[in-house]
Amino acid sequence: MRAKVHVFLKPGVLDVQGKAVEAALHGLGWGHVEGVRVGKTIEFDLKGKDAAETEAEVKDMCEKLLANTVIESYRVEVA
Amino acid sequence: MKAAVIVFPGSNCDRDCKVAIERSTGASVDMVWHADTALPHGIDLIVLPGGFSYGDYLRCGAMAALSPIMNEVKLAADRGVATVGICNGFQVLCEAGMLPGALLRNEALKYVCKPVALEVTNAQTRFTAGYAGRREVTMTVGNGEGNFFADADTLARIEGEGQVVFRYQDNPNGSTNAIAGVVNARGNVLGLMPHPDRAFEAELGSADGAILFQSALASA
Repeated sequence: MRAKVHVFLKPGVLDVQGKAVEAALHGLGWGHVEGVRVGKTIEFDLKGKDAAETEAEVKDMCEKLLANTVIESYRVEVA
Repeated sequence: MKAAVIVFPGSNCDRDCKVAIERSTGASVDMVWHADTALPHGIDLIVLPGGFSYGDYLRCGAMAALSPIMNEVKLAADRGVATVGICNGFQVLCEAGMLPGALLRNEALKYVCKPVALEVTNAQTRFTAGYAGRREVTMTVGNGEGNFFADADTLARIEGEGQVVFRYQDNPNGSTNAIAGVVNARGNVLGLMPHPDRAFEAELGSADGAILFQSALASA
């Protein structure tokens, strides 16, 4: 199965990178852009019986390593 | 007196820490490789140095926090051994769950490297007792991700319990409440972004960092 993990800073946690990208987009003329957040995507293959079980396993990986839940939230896709 | 400096791949202040501890306290210092599974016997102080462990991959300190030696560091800290994380070492301690909060990218997106004036917010800790009531000390910061963050509940708790030990007089990186250093609830694990290892003798511009190492070992 293929897992995709999306990690972003939580709402309310200052994303300075997002702010810088937003300012750059404004500079290019897209002044109506707002709320830019920069995150990361981590993809990998793993063996698993079914999607639900694999998703639970990947969420465990997020809690232990892939995200720092003090500052980040994550979303898991398994297919 | 005996101290251990943990060396991760990408640590770059490990030698500085060794020299700083030796010269300011006279303690012998063992360098301990991250892949080791035991600390030397009879350690009184553990220091996690600054640098860019594992190239800051994933998040600063995230990989180092899972190093084999960190199990031993946690066990030693649980036994009450004084443990100090400086800069990247602070990030590692937060990632390891040994200290509250996390360090974010600096507010101005810039790496800051300069001497900073710090308020000693709690002079009663085993790391600050040697300042003997002095309220202001100077150390050097050098960080790109030193912006301390904790959620509102955690912040209220650590402020209320006296766990905030150092505060910037002039916040260089956007840290919440200008927090520069915190201790754990028990008071034996300290993390700080400023470098006491870059301020341990007058020739470096400040000798205030030496007192931190002396205090940590005096209380061991």
